[in-house]
Amino acid sequence: MDGAAPLFRMEGISKRYGGVRALEKAELTVTAGGIHAILGENGAGKSTLIKVMAGVVAPDEGMMTLDGLEVSFASPAAANQAGIVCIFQELSLIPELSVADNIVISGPPKRFGMIDRKAQRRIAEEALARAGASDIHPRALVKDLPLSRRQMVEIAKALARKPRILILDEATSALTAADVAKVFEVLKRLRSEGLALLYISHRMNEIAELADHCTVFRNGRNVASYPAGSKSDNEVVELMIGREYSHIFPPKPGPVPAATTVLEARNLSWADRLDSISLSVKAGEVVGLGGLDGQGQRELLLAFFGVLRGLSGEILIDGKPVSIASPTAASHGRIGMALIPEDRKTEGLMLPMTVRENLSFAALDRLSKAGVIDRAAEQRLIDDMVGLLAIKTAGLDIPVGALSGGNQQKVVIAKWLMRQPRIILLNDPTRGIDVGTKQELYQLMRKLADAGAAILFYSTDYDELIGCCDRVLVLYDGAVKRELVGAEITEHALIASALNIHGEGAGPRQGEGA
Amino acid sequence: MKDWRYWLAEQRGTLLAFGIFIVMFAIYSANHPAGFTANVVQTAANKGVLLAFVAMAQTLVVITAGIDLSVGMIFTLTNCMASWLVIGTGLETAFGVLAVLGTGLLCGAVNGAIVIYGRLQPIVATIATGAVFFGLALLLRPVPGGSVNEDLADFLTGRFFGVLPASLIVLVAVVLVVWVPFRRSELGRAAYAAGSSETAAYMSGVPIRRGKFLAYTLAGLLAAIGGLFLTFFTYTGEAAYASGNAYTLFSIAAVVLGGVSLFGGKGSAIGAIFGALAFRTIGDLLFVFDFDPLWQPLFQGVILLIAVSLGAFALFRVRNRLEWFL
Repeated sequence: MDGAAPLFRMEGISKRYGGVRALEKAELTVTAGGIHAILGENGAGKSTLIKVMAGVVAPDEGMMTLDGLEVSFASPAAANQAGIVCIFQELSLIPELSVADNIVISGPPKRFGMIDRKAQRRIAEEALARAGASDIHPRALVKDLPLSRRQMVEIAKALARKPRILILDEATSALTAADVAKVFEVLKRLRSEGLALLYISHRMNEIAELADHCTVFRNGRNVASYPAGSKSDNEVVELMIGREYSHIFPPKPGPVPAATTVLEARNLSWADRLDSISLSVKAGEVVGLGGLDGQGQRELLLAFFGVLRGLSGEILIDGKPVSIASPTAASHGRIGMALIPEDRKTEGLMLPMTVRENLSFAALDRLSKAGVIDRAAEQRLIDDMVGLLAIKTAGLDIPVGALSGGNQQKVVIAKWLMRQPRIILLNDPTRGIDVGTKQELYQLMRKLADAGAAILFYSTDYDELIGCCDRVLVLYDGAVKRELVGAEITEHALIASALNIHGEGAGPRQGEGA
Repeated sequence: MKDWRYWLAEQRGTLLAFGIFIVMFAIYSANHPAGFTANVVQTAANKGVLLAFVAMAQTLVVITAGIDLSVGMIFTLTNCMASWLVIGTGLETAFGVLAVLGTGLLCGAVNGAIVIYGRLQPIVATIATGAVFFGLALLLRPVPGGSVNEDLADFLTGRFFGVLPASLIVLVAVVLVVWVPFRRSELGRAAYAAGSSETAAYMSGVPIRRGKFLAYTLAGLLAAIGGLFLTFFTYTGEAAYASGNAYTLFSIAAVVLGGVSLFGGKGSAIGAIFGALAFRTIGDLLFVFDFDPLWQPLFQGVILLIAVSLGAFALFRVRNRLEWFL
């Protein structure tokens, strides 16, 4: 790596948003034919760094050189022209347009001044095939595709632009294990074709498999740069959080036999997604939902929360059958349920509204007297929550969209805690969140359980299930295939049952990623 | 899924509007004293194309997730202008037509510039420019009057080969010359992209501003073609405030009937044309059934509500309540 002349360099790049320093004299060197991993907590400056590279934001100071010549990009289009293409987290697809339209969006093929649809179709099919996603129809509308397919379209779209530098920002976070494997093959092929790849991920195993070189960011600066594999995971995490990495998971209290069952389901079925699911969660218990992504875990949580219509089977609260017709019914009265959604940006927060407003939304009925919000009571409760969750914000009256991802997620959780729920459903709450915040969330979860809450916790990260849960139910194709209790919860058992393999012979071959 | 299924899904809104129009028009012509004759079709076409042009104009803007509340006033202003300019010798008339169309383009460009470069909300910006356009119309025609080149007017509102209404042929020509190239151009796609998700479009390096500007400008042109035709039908110019506003509001109704999403990014001007024709036919149904004209607004409103509800039937099939909000 050291011998090759750098393809792209950033020197002394700084960027401030208001009073907040996102980047402070950051440096980065990218060489062709290599995969360069960028690590760091959320808010460490990674996102800003790639936004500068991709022409989305202009740096306050600093210099960028491409092939030794100084460059600056006024817009994403200008960066694309120079051969720098970024795959954002499904931010850049246009929902109402077809897959093919999206793939060629920045420079459609033209004949007589109009878009040549046949050529467009050909380019799209080629790009989808290169990305290993030929199963996606080029005429399908993007909005009709599930998240994992959209991400594949996003990758195909980037490839169709023939980039020299390809940036992947958490590009695999929504993918299934099978897709991740395909994408990795594509990325390795691109590396051998001489592209420079920048890979940003929170998943250490992905970085270990892919990267040639790593750079760690902290507080807007690059704090370390080293060849991949020369540091242990623990050392890397310490570099990222700047403190010792220990006891990330709080200790489990052990079995609580005397507790009463709070939430119970009997033979819950819905459409072809849920298949006669029975489960129970006791007070003070953290029950995990495992399995591959998209096996009905999300639907199960939505079913409890009153979102699905045409549900069959029974839901029991405190042993009594109830019918939950809406999220309002689920969160009110003696049910007292809360759902921390998967997609905080659409289902959890009103991004342009203030932190204060977002925090109070779910609890407005409790804070109001005769329909008028009691400001003093609201303030007290909000202060409690901001303190409890250590939400880092420049004030309560700034838009919640201005907070970092981890802090946004804390706001979503705090919003529901304001109702003091007895049953808490969590849908992959740590996706795309930095290690430090994750650790705080694990501790919070245990604290809530100790205070008597019943918690149902879906996660795509096996380590989390192992570290946090008293029991784990593994779903496959909409049904509970296996229940793991206490010491049975191991990575091996989780993966084997997630793939619906019985017996001990099945190795964790496809384990990473899922 | 097969290709034709995707095609069907894309054209669903347009086909639905077409269906509604066919049903309405069948009821209308079956009950018309004269029946389904060239004369009845010609009269219906002449009334229908006015709204069809304005609805096409509205479609272009709605696709960008905007709304143009000045289309009716551009329509009125160009009508008043045409009653001064589209007259005299062949050359003078031709110059007049070009001047009227140019004025429409300019009005649309002003709207576009204010919304895109001035970053004002389309709804407020076009209320303001609409008032300005109406003010200019009033200056041109304080009282109704003026005239138009009657040979041209009669030719374009008459029939070709004795059966084909000329106004419909012009409508088809405008679709082929303005709409189809727009739909298939890069800037047209940019307009759709901006309407569907402006951030995603920006991130993808789509020429959003040029796309939206083109949509607003062409909307002005289409409204002006409508204004020109109004002059051909009435032979006069009139700065009629109520009529201008009615065209604006009806154009929105026609667009919705035509399957164009008010949230932007989805729909076709062809759907909007059928929406406009259907909406006009609803109004005319009363005459063939001999109802008191006083009932027309009420009746039109009820039928519109029913027709728009057809598009909402899909919601009954939704089993995950979160999909209501998509």
